[in-house]
Amino acid sequence: MNAYIGTPTSRVDGRAKVTGAAKYAGEFPAGGLVHGFVVEATIPCGRIATIDASETLKVKGVLDVLTHANRPPLADKDEAWKDEVAPEGSPFRPLYDDKIKFNGQPIALVIAEDWESAKFAATLVRVEYEQQGFATDLEGERSKAAEKDRPHKPRGDAAAALARADVRHEADYVIPTEHHNPMELYATTAIWESDGKLTIYDKTQGVQNVHKFLCTVFDKKPDDIRVVSPYVGGAFGSGLRPQYQVVLATLGALALKRSVRVVLTRQQMYGLGYRPMTIERVGLGAKSDGTLDAVTHEAIAVTSRYEDFARNDTGWAEQLYSSPNSRFSHKLVHLDVSTPCDMRAPGAASGVCALECAMDELSVALKLDPIELRLKCYSDRDQSENLPYTSKQLHECYARGAEAFGWSRRSPAPRSMRDGKELVGWGMATGVWEALQMPVAVRIVLTSNGHAEVSCAASDIGTGTYTIVAQVAADALGLPIENISVRLADSTLPQAPVEGGSWMAASSAHAVLAAAEEVRKELLGLAGKMPGSPLAGAELADTALIDGSIARADDNSRAVTIADAMRHGGVERIEKEKLNQFAEDKKHARNTHSAVFAEVRVDEELGIIRVTRIVSAVAAGRILNTKTGRSQIMGGVVWGIGMALHEETVMDHRFGRIMNANIAEYHIPVNADVHDIDVIFVDEADAHINKLGVKGLGEIGIVGVPASIANAVYHATGKRIRRFPITLDKVLD
Amino acid sequence: MSDLTHQIPERIPIHLVVNGVNHTLDLVPWTTLLDALRDHLALSGTKKGCDHGQCGACTVLVNGRRVNSCLTLAVMKDGAEITTVEGLAKDGALHPVQQAFIDHDAFQCGYCTPGQICSAAGLLAEGRARDADEIRELMSGNLCRCGAYPNIVAAIQQAMGQP
Repeated sequence: MNAYIGTPTSRVDGRAKVTGAAKYAGEFPAGGLVHGFVVEATIPCGRIATIDASETLKVKGVLDVLTHANRPPLADKDEAWKDEVAPEGSPFRPLYDDKIKFNGQPIALVIAEDWESAKFAATLVRVEYEQQGFATDLEGERSKAAEKDRPHKPRGDAAAALARADVRHEADYVIPTEHHNPMELYATTAIWESDGKLTIYDKTQGVQNVHKFLCTVFDKKPDDIRVVSPYVGGAFGSGLRPQYQVVLATLGALALKRSVRVVLTRQQMYGLGYRPMTIERVGLGAKSDGTLDAVTHEAIAVTSRYEDFARNDTGWAEQLYSSPNSRFSHKLVHLDVSTPCDMRAPGAASGVCALECAMDELSVALKLDPIELRLKCYSDRDQSENLPYTSKQLHECYARGAEAFGWSRRSPAPRSMRDGKELVGWGMATGVWEALQMPVAVRIVLTSNGHAEVSCAASDIGTGTYTIVAQVAADALGLPIENISVRLADSTLPQAPVEGGSWMAASSAHAVLAAAEEVRKELLGLAGKMPGSPLAGAELADTALIDGSIARADDNSRAVTIADAMRHGGVERIEKEKLNQFAEDKKHARNTHSAVFAEVRVDEELGIIRVTRIVSAVAAGRILNTKTGRSQIMGGVVWGIGMALHEETVMDHRFGRIMNANIAEYHIPVNADVHDIDVIFVDEADAHINKLGVKGLGEIGIVGVPASIANAVYHATGKRIRRFPITLDKVLD
Repeated sequence: MSDLTHQIPERIPIHLVVNGVNHTLDLVPWTTLLDALRDHLALSGTKKGCDHGQCGACTVLVNGRRVNSCLTLAVMKDGAEITTVEGLAKDGALHPVQQAFIDHDAFQCGYCTPGQICSAAGLLAEGRARDADEIRELMSGNLCRCGAYPNIVAAIQQAMGQP
């Protein structure tokens, strides 16, 4: 049953994507479609005193200007606005009232016959504000940080152990605010159907999350609204929660009883969620032999005034390094900004960056090789719950990664490796993420001609869900992959959560297996009743679907073709839907791991840093598709390069306004910034986590990468830069 | 004053040959080539990622040269021959760059992909890129947030017949 699982199968949606046939949310046509353009607040805190659209309405083609004062009804209870991944608090409600909570907040929607007129007319909306005092600077407000939670319970007495340590390292690492910047602009096309129902094409990582949200916000019945999102042009966490443009497009459609499209500008997307700026304070206390005695990690993070967004930045040492004493805490500072949201490996990308830079600093202080230090502290158990892992091949990641990189040829002293004008630095770091899995339902419709349609509400945000679902279905049904068609991301399809947290590969694959088993059960019933059936009396567990037939698993020659079984039973199609729930396992910890090795070259005179090589060795269970899986890790590595060297959302705290809200001044890696990336998947058999031994790959690729580069920059230059991103001015300073 | 401010400019008839098909459009002068393709000709294969010439998602070939269609007013290209991603495959057979992008998994979400592919097709025609480093440099106007760059370089090398 393994013709496709584990192979480098090319994306089944590849042709649609390379020919331009793949349609994204802002591209679906509708008769009489009109266009909305958003007007944003230009102050961070206060209220709208007056909003005057009289000039706007004089522009030819303008149909309406929606504001808090004239909009259709919206729910007034917080519960209605809480989506399935909302943090604690009172969610933001666009155009709800006159209050301004953050700079860039939407305050009006100008709707016109064409996009250009709407955009022009939006510049004529006159707004007067009553501004109030505000604060947007995390470091300035650090003293107001309040503890949100302790991601893991403290063990021993970390403060005392740190104080008595032979070798101690304690420092702040500063991770700036970062924005996802998916290439596709946030967009919604709300189609007003002839019966007054709405079909909503939305850029989202969860159509059913958006569907439920819209039904409660607009007080609609489930049948009144359908949310569809077949292709998503990147999201990286920004599309987990419903974004405000879906509310505005729906408001517009309800107000005008027409189809409305709202596409945000790149600038406006900086008013959505983001990776929160954090100050990560890490303390490590070691004995002189290199074993750890104390780990402390405190994160101080930005959140909005209205929601408490917090992720696990600090608990990751519990997975990685054994230490008898540890203490972790996560503190929040409430500022006049929009609420942060999940961004690729939320919590871990930032927290492990700090932890792994600190480990490198400790290895320097101990005069130990960085890998040797990590092996001395290697933990076989998740210390917070004192549990063994379902599998953990991290030591193999260190070994395979170091070998591929040539780590043994590293000269330990900083500034000791050079190539012409460039200082060469080699650094490494560890990565860790969770292996999560969620309930997902899949429907399979098998027709007697040997074709199957597999459908599920899950999204494919570029992660390869279409392809792995097709692969698993082809194997489980014993059909060629060309005979499988996959439908995803329609709220009317079987249940799926938002696509995030690296859980969709394992979750969707096992739902396919569960539905395929139901199909096989029905086929066995049909085949077993045939006269002289080679499957008479066979148990379900003793059968498999192979090469278009149902066969005895121990003797494939004893088989009945699917076509014969269905014809004999007088059945044209078999339709089965199954919700897969994973059995709870409280006896194991579930994680993916990686070891990342980086080479940087730093121009000594100009400070220019190039990342010339990365080796990422990943232990993530069974890899369903080695081609798309490698791409996911590679993408994560590129994100890590951006986090280390480029990405930073810069705010002018005098105005509480983002100054580089575009994709030219907010730097992300370009092609010329990325050189050799070697992805190694370490063999990691896992008999405990799930039937296929799958763990997920979306997040692990970025974790550890920023620290490996920072450590390489230290090795090249002798400069330890703890404020990210590491730009050339900091190297030259 | 307000009368002048609010006046929408008159439409201007223009002629474009898009993927070999003649089109006559009446467009206001502020319509970009990108919006003309997406909104007026229903060719949504060409993508809008920034509208400021910063990302390259809107790259098309104008008389064989790659340009950012978001920075190009449609009226400036009256009479031009435009090739978009929809026009690269011939009789159902993919362009070598398109096939190479599938073979090398040179995309994930697919949104920058039409611009990358048009840019790569233009790069091949320019004959300037001789090795991977030059491909990286000459493809750096096309951002890919999924981080598929090494695969994009490999795909272009395949299409160029490089090892």
